[in-house]
Amino acid sequence: MKVGDELPPLSVRITRADLVRYAGASLDFNPIHWNEKVAKDVGLPDVIAHGMLTMAVASRVVAEWTGDPGRIVEYGSRFGRPVVVPNDDEGALVEVTAKVTKDFEDGTVKVNISAAFEGKSVLTGAFARVRVS
Amino acid sequence: MALDEAFTGRTYPPSPVYEVSREKIREFADATGATSPAHRDPEAAKALGHRDVIAPPTFAIVVSMKSNETMMFDPELELDYSRVVHGDQNFVHHRPITAGDRLVSIAHIDSITQRMGNDMVVVRTEITTEDGEAVTTARSMLVVRGEDA
Repeated sequence: MKVGDELPPLSVRITRADLVRYAGASLDFNPIHWNEKVAKDVGLPDVIAHGMLTMAVASRVVAEWTGDPGRIVEYGSRFGRPVVVPNDDEGALVEVTAKVTKDFEDGTVKVNISAAFEGKSVLTGAFARVRVS
Repeated sequence: MALDEAFTGRTYPPSPVYEVSREKIREFADATGATSPAHRDPEAAKALGHRDVIAPPTFAIVVSMKSNETMMFDPELELDYSRVVHGDQNFVHHRPITAGDRLVSIAHIDSITQRMGNDMVVVRTEITTEDGEAVTTARSMLVVRGEDA
């Protein structure tokens, strides 16, 4: 692999059921992720996905590319804008792309990750450092 | 009310031991759609050089939660949890979190700054084994929205 290589992209639908499931698995029961009334009361358009769920979903692009998620030695992102999840069967579509942007001397590469929802970036400056040798 | 910047540098007591189980790793992998057999099948994980099944890269957030709550609910800090938004997150994995690990986390406030009426708190959680082996350094930036923000 070399700088400039693009990783196989990934499109993931996040539904209300996924939010409930993530809440249970992560123990993050903040009601803005499952209760429409609470979400709207704090000024959100609707229930939003956990930023950490979006980040987890985006990491799949790198994990599936390396074949060993244990090679991800660093992973970081800012939460740019929320993923709004409607109460229907379709959910919210998150599209993830990634590209190798740097080759370090310590046997790791930097991969920049983009995640978009409704054509807009939801993770800002997301990247992973991956051990390749 | 703005947070007191003098809390920068504060370190909280270690969390109780978090014992990492295969089932919790599988549950978290299922909930995030992580497909790797290394999260589910000990033999597949061993073939990749791991001692047992390993956690997905963001699982550390679950482990660090207890120590972060100690900070967030520190009565002296007076942080209004209902106004907190997760601004960013970074994980440095010194090695993967692995089933069977007995982990301890310690939260440190690295910085408190004010910007446009909001408080920005950077919390660094050092996750180690109970014997002190470094496993993950997790850094979270929390934005506490100001009353007028």
